[in-house]
Amino acid sequence: MAGEGALTSTGYIQHHLQNLVFGLHPENGLSIAKSSEEAVAMGFWAIHLDSLFWSVTLGAFFLWLFKKAADKATSGVPGKLQNFVESIVEFVDENVNDTMSVKSNFVGPLALTIFVWVFLMNFMDLIPVDFIPYFFEHILGVPYMKVVPSTDVNVTFGISLSVFALMIYFGIKMKGLGGFLGELAFNPFTSDNVIIKWLFVPFNVLLEGVSLLAKPVSLALRLFGNMYAGELIFILIALLPWTVQWALSVPWAIFHILVITLQAFIFMMLTIVYMAMAHEHH
Amino acid sequence: MNINLTLIGQAISFFIFVLFCMKFVWPPIINSLRERQARIADGLAAAEQSSQRREEAEAEIATMLEDAKAQAAEIVAQAQKRSNEIVEASKDTARTEADRIKNSATAEIEQEVVNARESLRKQVGSIAVDGARKILGGEVNAESHAKVIDDLVGQI
Repeated sequence: MAGEGALTSTGYIQHHLQNLVFGLHPENGLSIAKSSEEAVAMGFWAIHLDSLFWSVTLGAFFLWLFKKAADKATSGVPGKLQNFVESIVEFVDENVNDTMSVKSNFVGPLALTIFVWVFLMNFMDLIPVDFIPYFFEHILGVPYMKVVPSTDVNVTFGISLSVFALMIYFGIKMKGLGGFLGELAFNPFTSDNVIIKWLFVPFNVLLEGVSLLAKPVSLALRLFGNMYAGELIFILIALLPWTVQWALSVPWAIFHILVITLQAFIFMMLTIVYMAMAHEHH
Repeated sequence: MNINLTLIGQAISFFIFVLFCMKFVWPPIINSLRERQARIADGLAAAEQSSQRREEAEAEIATMLEDAKAQAAEIVAQAQKRSNEIVEASKDTARTEADRIKNSATAEIEQEVVNARESLRKQVGSIAVDGARKILGGEVNAESHAKVIDDLVGQI
């Protein structure tokens, strides 16, 4: 692993940043990419097996754990698991209620899923960078394994674009198509004079359109950027001689505990805020 | 950083997770939370109510205690009065008894004095008669001079 010349260091980093891609290769047909060139050649019609596997596994783990607590939920004295789960649910519920004035049965579960799922995906970052890839490569013969789903831009965009779709759906459902488009067209510049009001429309659409489109992009890239950078630093630390790695990886990991929680919280909070904006007239 | 089908797969699994969470996870937990909140609120209300009831009971106890104290004081006062009366009555009885004893003793003494005087008188009379007989040599007869002797005796 450590310090075997510049070329292998680069190869090590690239290897760690390469997803396990399955798709239709122009020459090889349906196959798993053996190199990053093959992966690029597969284009859009390919999937990252590792990202999907880990994200779905973690999501299933989250739902299994919370379902277990939910099945035994009692209004009496709660057990340890119920206590733990309840404290998270209550935390999310409080944030939802503080942000939204409209009651919704959907936003609470949405925010809870995002918070715990994103947290778990980020948490994979704290597992030493070589453990799982080494196991998959040398025991199972899988060439690439990127274990932190949130360092995959597809994953973060998958969630943020879903949130974006929900924003538009609830926006139209709550305010009607006219109200939704009106908000885009007659804000922030408006006038009592009808002609001037309509003259402002192009500027408003431009401004509001950009700010609307910026929401999913910033949501996805913020999480992706943070996690990708954090993962990269772990990989760089792993290039050091193993005797001194702990001196850097331990402080970084401790700091990272804060980062992964904060990023999960920000993602959840912004989702709630966007949902609140979609539900309310302003 | 290739954008590919993973994005759509991720979005699909995200929606499935959210729907599962909304259907099976969120409602039971949030319901048990709300229920517990209600139960705690009820419990607190009941505690407040019972503490209020306790205060009322304490006030009642205080009045009862005061009544009991007043009653006790009254009983004590009555008892004291009654004992005073008994003491006074027994004092009176004792005094009367003492007077009676004293009177009877006085009467007895007086009786004794009278008796003693009487016997003394008689003795003095006979002594005087004896003395006179010895002096006069039998001329004095007790019977014939009884009047004189009685006079003398009366003068003693």
